[in-house]
Amino acid sequence: MRYLPKSPAERQDMLAAIGAKSIDELFSSIPERYRLREALNLPGPLSETEVIDFFKARAAENSGGYASFLGAGVYNHLRSVVTDAIIQRGEFLTSYTPYQAEITQGTLQAIFEFQTLMCQLTGQEVANASMYDGSTATTEAVLMAERLTGRSRILVARSVHPEYRDVLKTYAKNSGLQVEEIGYGPSGTLDQKALQAALKDDVAAVVVQSPNFFGVIESLPPLADAAHASGALLVTAITEGVSLGLLRPPAEADIVAMEAQSFGMAPSYGGPFAGVIASRDKFVRQMPGRLAGQTTDSEGRRGFVLTLATREQHIRREKATSNICTNQALCALAATVHLTLLGKEGLREMAHQNLSKAQFALAELEKIPGVRRAFDAPFFNEFTIELPRSVKIINAYLLREKIIGPFVLGTAYPELTKHALVCVTETTSRAEIERFAAALRRALEQPI
Amino acid sequence: MTDKIKKATRHTNQNEGLIFEKSSHGKRAFELPPLDVPAADPTKSLGANHRRGGVEGFPEVSEIEVIRHFTRLSTWNYAIDLGMYPLGSCTMKYNPRVNEFVARLDGIATEHPYQPQELSQGCLKILQLLEKCLLEITGMDAITLQPAAGAQGEMTGLLLIRAYHGKNGNPRKKVLIPDSAHGTNPATAVIAGYEVENIKSESHGQIDVDKLRDLVTPDVAALMITNPSTLGIFEERIPEIARILHDKGALLYMDGANMNALTGITRPGDLGVDVMHLNLHKTFSTPHGGGGPGAGPVAMKKILEPFRPVPILVEKEAGRLALEQIRPDSIGRVKAFSGNFGVLVRALAYILAYGPGVRQATEDAVLNANYIRKHLEGVFDLPYSLPSMHEVVFSDALQKKNGVNTMDIAKRLIDYGFHPYTTAFPLIVPGALMIEPTESESREECDLFIDAMRSIAEEAATNPELVKTAPHTTRVRRLDEVGAARKPILRWKPLPARSEAAD
Repeated sequence: MRYLPKSPAERQDMLAAIGAKSIDELFSSIPERYRLREALNLPGPLSETEVIDFFKARAAENSGGYASFLGAGVYNHLRSVVTDAIIQRGEFLTSYTPYQAEITQGTLQAIFEFQTLMCQLTGQEVANASMYDGSTATTEAVLMAERLTGRSRILVARSVHPEYRDVLKTYAKNSGLQVEEIGYGPSGTLDQKALQAALKDDVAAVVVQSPNFFGVIESLPPLADAAHASGALLVTAITEGVSLGLLRPPAEADIVAMEAQSFGMAPSYGGPFAGVIASRDKFVRQMPGRLAGQTTDSEGRRGFVLTLATREQHIRREKATSNICTNQALCALAATVHLTLLGKEGLREMAHQNLSKAQFALAELEKIPGVRRAFDAPFFNEFTIELPRSVKIINAYLLREKIIGPFVLGTAYPELTKHALVCVTETTSRAEIERFAAALRRALEQPI
Repeated sequence: MTDKIKKATRHTNQNEGLIFEKSSHGKRAFELPPLDVPAADPTKSLGANHRRGGVEGFPEVSEIEVIRHFTRLSTWNYAIDLGMYPLGSCTMKYNPRVNEFVARLDGIATEHPYQPQELSQGCLKILQLLEKCLLEITGMDAITLQPAAGAQGEMTGLLLIRAYHGKNGNPRKKVLIPDSAHGTNPATAVIAGYEVENIKSESHGQIDVDKLRDLVTPDVAALMITNPSTLGIFEERIPEIARILHDKGALLYMDGANMNALTGITRPGDLGVDVMHLNLHKTFSTPHGGGGPGAGPVAMKKILEPFRPVPILVEKEAGRLALEQIRPDSIGRVKAFSGNFGVLVRALAYILAYGPGVRQATEDAVLNANYIRKHLEGVFDLPYSLPSMHEVVFSDALQKKNGVNTMDIAKRLIDYGFHPYTTAFPLIVPGALMIEPTESESREECDLFIDAMRSIAEEAATNPELVKTAPHTTRVRRLDEVGAARKPILRWKPLPARSEAAD
């Protein structure tokens, strides 16, 4: 087998050195009757070429050749080939968690740079080395708010990603949190009156997303004021990081939970991505996850180490701030390289292209009789339209024209069966937008 | 350098500051294609109060500077690709490059989790085949590929247990965890809403079965064990342990972190385990990437199947696959979308490459560990002498006499060209040296490691100071961790403007 570096003779020599007659002797502590007598029933072995052929055949059964208008938490953005070239360097790819700082300074400095970039983007003071994804980061942010406030009621906007809310509910079920949902108003933003009515001195956190799941931008300062007035913390989730190239950072939030997929990570059918938690310096000791910190060595040179580990499971065990151990380090590295490549101007330009294309797409779609913009608050690269018919039926028609239609909001919001969440990014061409608009027009002209 | 150091020599590596320190206004490393629609006016579209000028402090550098920056950083890392990485319990094995290649294919990396399922059959077939393979390897009945890592797998497993007991009328209160367990086990139990009761190992490092019998009360939901244990020892009485639990209605959870010792040899499902997680970034070779990403599938017996997290992969008519989002008894969703799909792809590529021959990998891993044990026994103290599986745990008891501890030996190993073994763990061995070579090491590499360890043991006796001040050859020496934690600097900040600095 090509991955195994031993010849049969070497195996025999090593067994002899150990003093074992056969390899089976090394497994003698496993009771005989539980040892497999037959080989496992697995496909393979496959040569490298056959492995590639197998996955190419699977790839061909997917969505090649279709234009897509899906976002809803996973975005298709330009990615430089440089990012993959860097993260595939074996020194990064095949290195472990940097507990041995002297021989992992590369990873540690890159994490420190990642933390810095995340702070700059979010307007927060401290960011961790990554969480699994945006959904679990949001949940961990809520658990952090619970520890900081000693309270257990959570008010979460219904305009937060439905799957993020699902994950929060899964974790909340057994940790004594009461999760209540706050609706949205006619402009698509959080219903502030409903929030005010629900806010009492037992609320640990108000959780919003911006741009929210309908694509519209929440106005954070009044939400922060309302939360703080009753002693609660404001947790802000961000699913589309590129928006921060143009949008005011969520500096008023006490904890930001971000999905960093937009920064150099392929959609990859939903993962692996990287979650981020960013917050205020004074809350750092309640943060979950790893943190890299700057220090000096015994000769005074700058270096980096994993620090504040007394928050973590390997030191604190059942008293840890989280059970997270393995995180998404290589994805965080991809984000670091990607954002460094884009730089200040590149990120601004990318964000501006997203905004421009979304504005153009909305204008094109609004020309179609019966199509209207559903919410009037400002949006970034996603917006909600209302159609005269069920979105599912329309999408089935679009599919025949090789278009993957917009996200069907009715699945998660029963009151929005005729509403669709349209996403366009800098990767969506004008021609695709026009083709989509033409196809949608034809779809709506079909007899019911 | 001593002539005893055979694997490594000094070489020059480049200095490199933080990327922010190289930034200069107007440079860029990535250009977008021109905008093909009218340019929007951000202030008009977003409103002045939502707008920002640009991200303050963001780097501005050219492409060659990005390449050099990260390439230089990379050369400061040790990696499997450079040599043996004997971190016990971490299973740092070779990460095949073809796995990286297939995970990046068009049609794999490009797929959106919300695209229609009729256009996702390729992705779903990958998930289905991986499920089948992992079920065959574990001997279980059902599986979820959702959890993002081992710790999330543990949580998922405990939530399954909780849901199962809840359905039977009482979720119960406690989870039993041996004192040899990994720190995630107790941390996870708390998140799942359970109290933790630690159980002490008996003198051979095994679970004390008689004591266990007394501890399993109607309050106990489950026992979480690692098998082989963190001492690298197989829990011989595991079928009996399972029976004790089952007689009282409790379940057996197995931490599958050490599955590299069992794959193709025995199956946890056959041993009486009810639910377990696998670390695909350990046993199934997906790269550790400096700390992640991983994946932590959870395999289970039929009784837990109704509680699996959504989405659930199902086969419909004519072999059509679908993900179902609604299950009445499900514990809910543990992560958005369909697991760490790209990691799952890599794990399947690994399994397909071996096929049934994966048993050979297990045999070689155990062979390497025993070979190292044989050659270091006596040189280092072996606190538990039961047969080793895929890893061996020594202690620093002999070297302590000269004031040299396991961390010193580990740091000195760096000078010899190796990554250290695991030092801080398991907690039941004070001053542990936890060594897991994996199957990826040749006899030559094992011999070099043995020589290095013997040489360090000699140094510890003759020149302890040399070991205590190691490493001597790295670009930085031991770092001030206490200072880092006391006054944390967790991000770069620009220097104050020159006029202020002059004050």
